[in-house]
Amino acid sequence: MYKIAIKDINTLFSKIAGEQELILPVKKAGQYNFGVYEEGADTEGILTNKTVKSAKDAFFPQFETLYNVKKTITPADELENGEEASGTKIRTKLEVQMEELKDKDFVVFGMRGCDVKAVDVLDKVFLSDPVDNYYKARRDHSIIVALACHEPEESCFCTVFGIDPSDPKADVATWVVGEDLYWKPMTEKGTKLTESVKDILSDADEGAIEEEKANIKAIMDKLPNTKLSLEGWGQGKTDEKFNSEVWGKIYNPCLGCGTCTFVCPTCQCYDIKDYTTKDGIQRYRCWDSCMYSDFTLMAGGQNRTSQLQRFRQRFMHKLVYFPDRYDGMFSCVGCGRCVDKCPQSLNIIKVIKAFEKAEKGGAV
Amino acid sequence: MCDCGNSKDMLVPQVGIITGITQETPDVKTFRVNAPDGGKLFEHMPGQCAMVCVPGVSEGMFSITSSPTNKEYQEFSIKKCGILTEQLHSLEVGDMVTVRGPYGNNFPVETEFKGKNLLFIAGGIGLAPLRSVINYCLDNRENYGRIDILYGSRSADDLVKLQEIQDVWMKAPNVNVYLTIDREQEGWDGHVGFVPTYLKEIGFKTDCIGIVCGPPIMIKFVLQGLKEMGFTDEQIYTTLELRMKCGIGKCGRCNIGSKFVCKDGPVFRFDQIDELPNEY
Repeated sequence: MYKIAIKDINTLFSKIAGEQELILPVKKAGQYNFGVYEEGADTEGILTNKTVKSAKDAFFPQFETLYNVKKTITPADELENGEEASGTKIRTKLEVQMEELKDKDFVVFGMRGCDVKAVDVLDKVFLSDPVDNYYKARRDHSIIVALACHEPEESCFCTVFGIDPSDPKADVATWVVGEDLYWKPMTEKGTKLTESVKDILSDADEGAIEEEKANIKAIMDKLPNTKLSLEGWGQGKTDEKFNSEVWGKIYNPCLGCGTCTFVCPTCQCYDIKDYTTKDGIQRYRCWDSCMYSDFTLMAGGQNRTSQLQRFRQRFMHKLVYFPDRYDGMFSCVGCGRCVDKCPQSLNIIKVIKAFEKAEKGGAV
Repeated sequence: MCDCGNSKDMLVPQVGIITGITQETPDVKTFRVNAPDGGKLFEHMPGQCAMVCVPGVSEGMFSITSSPTNKEYQEFSIKKCGILTEQLHSLEVGDMVTVRGPYGNNFPVETEFKGKNLLFIAGGIGLAPLRSVINYCLDNRENYGRIDILYGSRSADDLVKLQEIQDVWMKAPNVNVYLTIDREQEGWDGHVGFVPTYLKEIGFKTDCIGIVCGPPIMIKFVLQGLKEMGFTDEQIYTTLELRMKCGIGKCGRCNIGSKFVCKDGPVFRFDQIDELPNEY
């Protein structure tokens, strides 16, 4: 166990950023969001404030190029003497060049217990067969320095999903204790990173973080949503939950804006699109949202054509389908970001509570 | 897995060259695709699909209509009905497209279908995925029993692969082909009527496996008909079709319950479909 005075924390960030890319909460336009650390950045408040978006971008960016296509058209009058492929004269030639995969280590500092658990959820999707190599390269090169939640916020409910915000599991775990940041390497990667910054850390007594852990637990205990019950959700509940009348009673305020999916650390639906540049065609992937009406729309008009169906899909996916497919794991980590950001105050907590009420015979 | 020179990834396509185009019907063309060096881009099994892309326009999932027993090329029969398919229809021999795949599961031609009588029921462009199975079975004729093929379209001009049906399928041993069109038409002396109605008129025995593909409304009534005739859910196979982007069960579009149609499908037995939420 090590520590560094919080007033000197920029020295630590500088040191890390000198050796590899460092991503951490950055204050911009009054909001905290994960971004690349720049020398002299204002790091005030980054140890306590929750970021608006999760750290998802660091592993699964909102936009990323998959490959580029070079297109060459042979003029009609040159076709006869032109190049052949498979015994056929080439009219339009295409060449595909895959985008380089991430090949350098990077550090993400300040992820909370919920965000770290969310990476486990993303791993289930992207690292299951067939592996997504773009994601895997980032995971292989990432070093996660997690931060225990010094001040859990009112919307937080990670404990419902079995996450301990006072004791995050990552390559390095850190705690705010008084005027110091305590630092504990947890993995081989974490130990290696610690070695590289050891000269600015000082030895510390592990006992000092116990009080901080107890404080965090005490705050969590008092928060309004941490007593939520997941009973009735999980594997094998498709028929019962899908066919419930509750969806029809609660979905209506949903605007289908997709904000919940964009701030969500576990939502991973994506689109693949083209961007035509002067040099060719760039094929990129970007986040998409199951809340949007054209997400599943086909030429024949199907499917999930109503907002009720789309609303139901998002929560069924997180609380039933995902556990069904991936050994009982829920695709929600209780970070509370959708609770903070939904313009209609509609969120997963309301859904769970509405079902609980209906199942006890109450009016929804 | 596609080999794109510097790295391998299921999202990165290979380049294929169009070496032949057949105008099947007023709005369906069959594209023959080869690897640039000749031969096929990859091996597949009947029922599997591939993502075909016109770079700069869009990419879409299409069933591979040629049989794996065809060692020279792969074919896609594509109906013009949207932005991508219109672009595809404007392509000519010598144009390249990108192709990635094969994706999804396949009809159990080497397991459950083996040694059985097979009843294929197709409507319109729904013949495309079944043609791969039919030709696979015909090329391995000794492995299968009686083959009945019931195929219908809007009109005689909309019957896909009619030439092959008449020249190959109708002449194959122990194969019965039943064609129908929706409305009377000059020059057509065959059956007139919808596929589900014709199915009941013929009244097939239940000593076979039913394989159904066509527009959702046809599938619905064919299934109803088969059940009235005594078929069980475990005896009937079909394919589901939903919007897809990745093809590998990750982008979320074709998610139904805990299944992804692109990866766990497109081939499903009806008892498996019954377990899914009714959202397809």
